[in-house]
Amino acid sequence: MAMQAIAFYVLATITIGSGLAVVSVKNPVHSVLFLILTFFSAAGLFLLLGAEFLAMLLVVVYVGAVAVLFLFVVMMLDVDFGALKQGFARYAPVGAVVASILAFEMILVATAVATGGAAAGPREPMSALDGYSNTETIGRVLYTDYVYFFQAAGMVLLVAMIGAIVLTLRHKPGVRRQVIADQVARTPESGMRTVQIKPGEGTGE
Amino acid sequence: MDATTNFWATPGGWTLITVGQILAVTIWILLSLAFLLLADRKIWAGVQMRKGPNVVGPFGLLQSFADFLKFVLKEIVIPDGADKVVFILAPLISFVLAFGAWAVIPLAPGWVVSDINVGVLYLLAISSLGVYGIIMGGWASNSKYPFLGSLRSAAQMVSYEVSIGFVIITVILLAGTMNLQTIVEQQAGGFWNWYVFGGGLSNLPMILIMVPMAVVFFISALAETNRPPFDLPEAESELVAGYQVEYSSTPYLLFMIGEYANIVLMCAIITILFFGGWQAPFPTPFIENWPATAQSFFGFMWFFAKTVFFFFLIAMVKAIVPRYRYDQLMRLGWKVFLPFSLVAVVLVAAWRVFGPAQGAM
Repeated sequence: MAMQAIAFYVLATITIGSGLAVVSVKNPVHSVLFLILTFFSAAGLFLLLGAEFLAMLLVVVYVGAVAVLFLFVVMMLDVDFGALKQGFARYAPVGAVVASILAFEMILVATAVATGGAAAGPREPMSALDGYSNTETIGRVLYTDYVYFFQAAGMVLLVAMIGAIVLTLRHKPGVRRQVIADQVARTPESGMRTVQIKPGEGTGE
Repeated sequence: MDATTNFWATPGGWTLITVGQILAVTIWILLSLAFLLLADRKIWAGVQMRKGPNVVGPFGLLQSFADFLKFVLKEIVIPDGADKVVFILAPLISFVLAFGAWAVIPLAPGWVVSDINVGVLYLLAISSLGVYGIIMGGWASNSKYPFLGSLRSAAQMVSYEVSIGFVIITVILLAGTMNLQTIVEQQAGGFWNWYVFGGGLSNLPMILIMVPMAVVFFISALAETNRPPFDLPEAESELVAGYQVEYSSTPYLLFMIGEYANIVLMCAIITILFFGGWQAPFPTPFIENWPATAQSFFGFMWFFAKTVFFFFLIAMVKAIVPRYRYDQLMRLGWKVFLPFSLVAVVLVAAWRVFGPAQGAM
């Protein structure tokens, strides 16, 4: 248990520290890199809870895909750091108000849960069912009890994807595209013509 | 239980054992890489009817060690205007991730550093992280060619990860587990039980899907590791050396070792998922009576031979196939492999549910 406690505090410190760094460092690329570190150590926390499937998914989806796109966008944009910092003092009070309301709500929920909610029950996280691994347990729940929600979530994502494609797809007339099937189907007969040219006449084309 | 047994059961002993295992695997891989690098160059040279490196040591066997010394002894040049921390961090990330993935690779019966239930997902997670080393290296160099190279590389790796993921899902569907050790154990008994042939004679119709899937995986592995014919991130004729342009000395060495470790890792993954890992291609009842260590060595021999065979294939591809154009690479990934592997996932899933061999889950 001691090792687990040490691992938890190390990971939690790194998570919070890098989370703070995301909003406080000047360079936006560094900020995305710290965000990645935050995701990564959060995945470590999931591992400590015994949720290895969620931990791996967090890394695959958020770190491996979402954050790469973030990084892409931030690197491609030429962000003016000076302009970004100018409004900081003006917006700081508004941000502070929002943050304090959020913090108050979270404390409210946390205390309510701790006294009467789920946390008041057994303190150990429920381990996977006997004979089933973590992944199988999640699969069972997703595809039986919550199959309609799961499918609906999939449909929402599909709609979002189609929407993004519709918004960005442009069919420019006059663009020559490579049609690989045509290239492969080309034979000497269809692609070449033998002509006998008399001197001084040319091909007449 | 005597005192020594008790010591190995304590956290301290456990840590010592694990560190020892990690060292053993890492050093073995590094040593193998030294010779695989040479083999790569020799095969390449052989195809082009050259001799390849043949000066240092007999047949040039010590070439990689000479190169290593040369890299380490040179000066590290950090370009002016580069982001120093990120610049140094990038090759470290590449290197660490390439070796970290080996933690879940079962080398022989019982020879695995970490036998976890989500081994396949762990591999996916680590390989999806590998792109950061390249992006960070390209960006931190503060130079145009490295940046272009890293952008290309990132787009390429993200694209091909998708089809790699789906190909892996077909194997997981057949195996019913994500534990690599179990996946290999299920392929015991002969080559007809390998997942490339559907995994067992009752699944034989799956051969029509799994053989193409193995090919898709092999090609995607080439793209994922930035190997020719998909080495656009470092296309010499266009980008000098892509994201590695500004790197020199040890950081460059780390990038290169990381890249090769990834290549060998991909060979190992193909071996495990499709070609039975450490299992011999024929039934081996005669090793039942052997001591456990001998059995492990027997298995390790097969694993190693298969991995080296795939490395040979990758080296041959490098020597034979011309480089793809970037739009063709993207077309192949998104318009050919992705739909193809998606249909394969549906077919394999249908076979698992409605086929004759159902009910094993």
